[in-house]
Amino acid sequence: MYRYDQYDQRFVDERVAQFRDQTRRFLAGELTEDEFRPLRLQNGLYIQRYAPMLRIAVPYGLLSSTQLRTLAHIGRKYDRGYGHFTTRQNIQFNWPRLEDTPDILAELARVEMHAIQTSGNCIRNITSDHFAGVAGDELLDPRPYCELFRQWSTLHPEFAYLPRKFKIAVSGSTIDRAATLVHDIGVHAVRNDAGEVGFRVLVGGGLGRTPIVGHVIREFVPRAEVLNYFDAIMRVYNRFGRRDNMYKARIKILVKEMKLDVFREHVETEWERLQGGPATVTDAEIARLSTFFDAPAYVKLPGEDAGFRSAVADNRAFANWVKRNVFPHKVPGYAAVTLSLKKTGMPPGDATSNQMDAVADLADAYSFGELRVSHEQNLIFADVRQEALLALWGELKDLGFATPNIGLLTDIICCPGGDFCSLANAKSIPIAEAIQRRFDDLDYLYDLGDIALNISGCMNACGHHHVGNIGVLGVDKNGEEWYQVSIGGDQGMQASLGKVIGPSFAAKEMPDVVERLVDVYVERRHEDERFIDTVRRLGIDPFKERVYAAAH
Amino acid sequence: MPQLIKDRAIADDRWTLIRDIDQFATVPADVPVIVPLAFWQPQRDALLARGNVGVWLAPNDDPAALAGDIGQLPLIAVDFPKFTDGRGYSTGRLLREKYGYTGELRAIGDILRDQLYYLHACGFNAFAVRADRDLADALKGFGDFSDNYQTTVDRPVPLFRRREASDGGVLPA
Repeated sequence: MYRYDQYDQRFVDERVAQFRDQTRRFLAGELTEDEFRPLRLQNGLYIQRYAPMLRIAVPYGLLSSTQLRTLAHIGRKYDRGYGHFTTRQNIQFNWPRLEDTPDILAELARVEMHAIQTSGNCIRNITSDHFAGVAGDELLDPRPYCELFRQWSTLHPEFAYLPRKFKIAVSGSTIDRAATLVHDIGVHAVRNDAGEVGFRVLVGGGLGRTPIVGHVIREFVPRAEVLNYFDAIMRVYNRFGRRDNMYKARIKILVKEMKLDVFREHVETEWERLQGGPATVTDAEIARLSTFFDAPAYVKLPGEDAGFRSAVADNRAFANWVKRNVFPHKVPGYAAVTLSLKKTGMPPGDATSNQMDAVADLADAYSFGELRVSHEQNLIFADVRQEALLALWGELKDLGFATPNIGLLTDIICCPGGDFCSLANAKSIPIAEAIQRRFDDLDYLYDLGDIALNISGCMNACGHHHVGNIGVLGVDKNGEEWYQVSIGGDQGMQASLGKVIGPSFAAKEMPDVVERLVDVYVERRHEDERFIDTVRRLGIDPFKERVYAAAH
Repeated sequence: MPQLIKDRAIADDRWTLIRDIDQFATVPADVPVIVPLAFWQPQRDALLARGNVGVWLAPNDDPAALAGDIGQLPLIAVDFPKFTDGRGYSTGRLLREKYGYTGELRAIGDILRDQLYYLHACGFNAFAVRADRDLADALKGFGDFSDNYQTTVDRPVPLFRRREASDGGVLPA
């Protein structure tokens, strides 16, 4: 993974010093709350329902075991012994003290980490494919470009006070595992007619109050031009994005109101001036960045390990885990493993400090000392030898991270919700748990196959409910917590937004509602048809009828 | 005389900022004035004949409106009604990089210490720091960082090209 040089280190060190002084001035009354707020937000610090929340950047989801141990330590020393992995591949701590934050940032800087721009109206952490570099379907490894984009977006002087937050996701593959269509900018590696690999750029996607699937603004941007093109998009957005209403301030609203063609014209005009300029990416820089993502020291292995094959044949529980949690690797004899942070009874995405330390040790033993965070809020060991999978499975079971449910109904994406977040209208974690408890029969879950269930506690959609095959949104009705259900959402290259099935439900009804939706699927599905495809074929009516008929 | 920060030092401010155009008539002819774009456009020739005039841009003013006058204006100001309104950062860069403005570029309005480093990187060299704040304290803002990753007005070559150069590569012309 990327390692800081003296320049990178100086930026984070100077940032810590800057924020330490800003915090001091705020506590001394020299900065007002309004003046301090954007400064602390751009260092990841929210003031939450019960305490501040600190969101730490995990750039494009990559962590070293050393960094994870530091996170475990921070959880223990400054928080209550756990952290929460987010849908932006970041980690957040829910109980730090404002006064301690500069020290926490200093501890992070020592392991080449930071909390820069994890919140606020600026360019947020760049996200990407959690199988980057190991998936067989890649046109290019997105990680060197993600690092290029990280550096370009970090402390960008022109774009620190945008109309609203700005999220970028990058995919190097023909399969989109990074939800790129619902980002302010989505980037896909593509090959043009001349055989060159460049980027297709999408703009104006996003969830939140007004969910929109992104539009292609340019089918092909040469790799060397990508920063010039980004600067052009950002400048047009910064100048023309609405600032009169925070709910209409995202780039998606600008693109919609201005019309895509007009927006594109503005961007092209700006790009024309920047093309070939100093921000043009050099081959030398890409070569430098790429060296950090060179393949680790893989051993030459047969395509399939005999011991592994017989363990799968003999051990049904292991085979189930392999089927759901193990992803094929482009190098023979290796596999990528997803550690499920979705065990029933644990808030989705949470890990304790002890678990983090244990995962760091396992990463050292099994996966070259590195791991990834997925936007589905799980952890990944990307480079595990097949012959070691059985042993790793045993270790993960002991840790509670071997729940064989990746992609299944119980692999729920879920925001912290009303238990923590001051923005939330409703709790989300108890809803996730109630659904997980209802669907506790693994055989049944396997029969149901891939179903993405996403829960957000409010319109801000941190739980990505619009792109859940089943989406749940917490709403407030006269001070009570209710849940609106949508179906038909999906991420990926064919991303779609779910449709609301009708009036909302009380918390206690939610497991029944999900069960009825699933019943319709089971009765009406064609052979090998996924839930999302059945919904697309039938439309929402049969599902809606069942849910509401039963309710009366 | 009021003071401001100019070229990283505290300096006297000779200029009178005209926010309300009715105020213009009360200013003696030999006092330098900064007038709003909406006043400048219809009065351009008369104001040039008067001399001692600069123009200030609101966040939604297009700097292209001054493209033809870039060489004749000793001062252009950009207003930040709230420090969280970041449009002026782009306005500053466009004036410097697209229209080639080389005179005094002044940030006015809600100008505070914690934004000075970024403003400077976007081409501003004068800062009318909010009147209730201490200029000597604000000066410290320039020291927040010692570099930028990006292309900036004060350092047009991005860090990745300078890294290459330090590895024996060649800086672009």
